[in-house]
Amino acid sequence: MKHTGPAVPRTCPVAAQTAPASDVTDPAMVDFPLRQPGVPFPPPDYADYRDRQGLVLSHLPDGKRVWLVTRHEDVRAVLTNPKISSNPEHEGFPNVGKTVGVPKQDQIPGWFVGMDSPEHDRFRKALIPEFTVRRVRAMRPAIERTVEARLDEMLAAGNTADLVADYALPIPSLVISALLGVPPTDRDFFESRTRVLVSLRGSTEEQRMTAGKELLRYINRLISIKEKWPGDDLVSRLLANGAIAPHELSGVLMLLLIAGHETTANNIALGVVTLLTHPQWIHDDRAVEETLRFHSVADLVSLRVAVEDVEIAGQLIKAGEGIVPLVAAANHDESVFECPHEFDPSRSARSHVAFGYGVHQCLGQNLVRVEMEVAYRKLFERIPNLQLDVPVDGLGIKYDSVLYGLHELPVRW
Amino acid sequence: MRITVAPDRCVGAGQCVLNAPALFDQDDDGLVTLLADPGADQESAARVASGLCPSRAITVHEG
Repeated sequence: MKHTGPAVPRTCPVAAQTAPASDVTDPAMVDFPLRQPGVPFPPPDYADYRDRQGLVLSHLPDGKRVWLVTRHEDVRAVLTNPKISSNPEHEGFPNVGKTVGVPKQDQIPGWFVGMDSPEHDRFRKALIPEFTVRRVRAMRPAIERTVEARLDEMLAAGNTADLVADYALPIPSLVISALLGVPPTDRDFFESRTRVLVSLRGSTEEQRMTAGKELLRYINRLISIKEKWPGDDLVSRLLANGAIAPHELSGVLMLLLIAGHETTANNIALGVVTLLTHPQWIHDDRAVEETLRFHSVADLVSLRVAVEDVEIAGQLIKAGEGIVPLVAAANHDESVFECPHEFDPSRSARSHVAFGYGVHQCLGQNLVRVEMEVAYRKLFERIPNLQLDVPVDGLGIKYDSVLYGLHELPVRW
Repeated sequence: MRITVAPDRCVGAGQCVLNAPALFDQDDDGLVTLLADPGADQESAARVASGLCPSRAITVHEG
């Protein structure tokens, strides 16, 4: 794989931020965490990693050696190489740190993001019809009603809100619960439990584990109800299809919830901040695709391990070595996105890898796009005088979780 | 230009339908189907869709 090198330097209207002076003695070695207080995200160091020959060697918090992959072309190559696996049961699979409180995620039957082809394909194929562009467009009116109802409550409650807790987190949770066929009377329960699951600051690890178990128990009950009384919903359709066994279905549903909840919420919240600081783009739907690229909240999600010796960017990766493709680094690769540190919805951002690449590329990506579009549009229609209630540099950023996002987003109007 | 699609490779990401709706659709299983070979005005859309497809299920044959 040829490295084309950085684009010919040109003057960008906004200067790239620079990294604070490094106190690392061996500059060739990079250690986690990559995201740190006081350092902008994506870390300015990513530009340096992209310019290096081959790949960048790093150590995870547990001391294991992994290869960081940062160029757009190389990230796509890793995520489509059959010698590279998504299965966390392989020796050497990277463990990058805290995740949400689901008990032993990778051992839940049906957790198909942790499977390779062909085992994985049965699950994906059964779910594809639920997330087609046409199906997602049909969900739009219901999503609009959900978002309007949240805004009604926020506006009735006063003239301030925490947009993370009051808007960004509930929207995807309510959308997913409707998709799964959770009865309206149970959606508050479902939403309250999913909220605990992803709130690293507001809950203890024990509370998160408990919430995860409660959700799993709820999902199992939902499956047995749908077995007896099928409806017009995803769970009933999957049961009727039969490709996924009932004992695998709870893992599949839990995965849809986890994959679609905090990721979407973080994009909604970060996107609102970016729109407030770049108000000329507030009523432009192209902001959705650029937000996905610009913030790349799932930077540390597409983890892999080599199951055979494989060469990427001229670097030999040995079987059993972990690989961390950094999608935020790929999405800020100057050779693909001109002036990548600028938020510019007029660019063509669609080749970003914010949803990953290869057979695991986000199944719900078109649903996420609609949720973000509706969330931005309705928010600024209903509250045109929305303002941040804290300085931008005072926002609580999630440094300690796998996903990049905000702990809270205080606003007023 | 001619296009071939491989529904057996398709992972239903929908990028082709989103970016070149005149050329591609998803069938009842959500898998790629080709609607038409591209006219001159659709050639660049076809290349974009092929380049975006995460499972490389769309091949563009130039000429």
